[in-house]
Amino acid sequence: MSIIAEISRWAIPLLLLLIPVLAYLRKVPVYESFVAGAEDGFKTGVRILPFLIGMLVSIRVFIDSGALDLLARLLAPVFNYFGLDSNLTAIIPLAILRPLSGSGALGVATQLINQYGPDSLIGRLASTLQGSTDTTFFVLTVYFGSVGIRKYRYALKVGLLADLVGLIASIWIVHRVFS
Amino acid sequence: MVNLIWLVMLATGIIVAAMTGRIDTVTTSAMKAAELGVEVAIELIGVMSLWLGLMRLAEEAGFIRLVARLFGPAIRRLFPSLKPESPALGAIIMNLSANVLGLGNAATPFGLKAMQELQKENPNPEVASPAMITFLALNTSCITLVPATIIGVRLKANSLNPTEIIGTTIFATGCAMTVAILADFIFRHRQRRRP
Repeated sequence: MSIIAEISRWAIPLLLLLIPVLAYLRKVPVYESFVAGAEDGFKTGVRILPFLIGMLVSIRVFIDSGALDLLARLLAPVFNYFGLDSNLTAIIPLAILRPLSGSGALGVATQLINQYGPDSLIGRLASTLQGSTDTTFFVLTVYFGSVGIRKYRYALKVGLLADLVGLIASIWIVHRVFS
Repeated sequence: MVNLIWLVMLATGIIVAAMTGRIDTVTTSAMKAAELGVEVAIELIGVMSLWLGLMRLAEEAGFIRLVARLFGPAIRRLFPSLKPESPALGAIIMNLSANVLGLGNAATPFGLKAMQELQKENPNPEVASPAMITFLALNTSCITLVPATIIGVRLKANSLNPTEIIGTTIFATGCAMTVAILADFIFRHRQRRRP
């Protein structure tokens, strides 16, 4: 595992070195081309701004109002049906939040890990869940928004189905390995 | 569906806050979230510019085409609608590699770039193309070899073994990714058969 961690650590510095050197050897005007490419960064940032704000406002209000916890309590029987021990229901808000908001989910996961301990079953489940699925809903709205797509067709179904499977798999494997 | 989810989150949030006597939370949360959106976008502008600049260099040096040719055959099978020399392939591969390595910062610019390239080949610019949906299915379910952020959180919380969740994480992501690829394939073919 430490090899993979090392690769992650070196990947960006190496790319920052290799790409410009390679380009220079290929007679590319490196600095001018870099600047020309970087220009698009601003445009893209501005284009996704409304989508970011729209999603963040809705998600934040949903969390801070207590609606998320309420929904978690309502859904507890469903989660228990899918194999979640009833003493692990503290994980449900994280499971709901995970596809919606990356920073929100990280906040909840951090709180769970600190509250129950990183080596508790809840701590391990929160860690696995946080690491294994992505913020599907958020990525979809921002990525599609950035190029002006309005009809997502079956994209959301595919993404959320994968998240659901990731959730069930997380619960199953954590129970299996750690308890 | 997105419209509905957006509205339901916002509306239930406001209703719950009103019923629990915390209506002030709505105002502060909404304002703060809007500010946060600007912060995130501005941060992203910096990182985006850096990576898009580098990406241009990589393109002009022929590096992206090389990467696309190396990994292309495997990736192309997932994107039958793309031309073999499509510039989107390079960006898609860079995005997925960054995801696998857990470099979220670099992944987003490559991902947005891939979307722009895919949009150029999209016959109907308001409707998601099958290639876009496949890309997003891979992107959101992609395996991360080292979930660095959560390992950091565990480390700070004095875990005896911060990295013990890597195995379970890879297993869970592997399941999610398999289902994403299968579901995408099934939906794609079902939609094509429909007139």
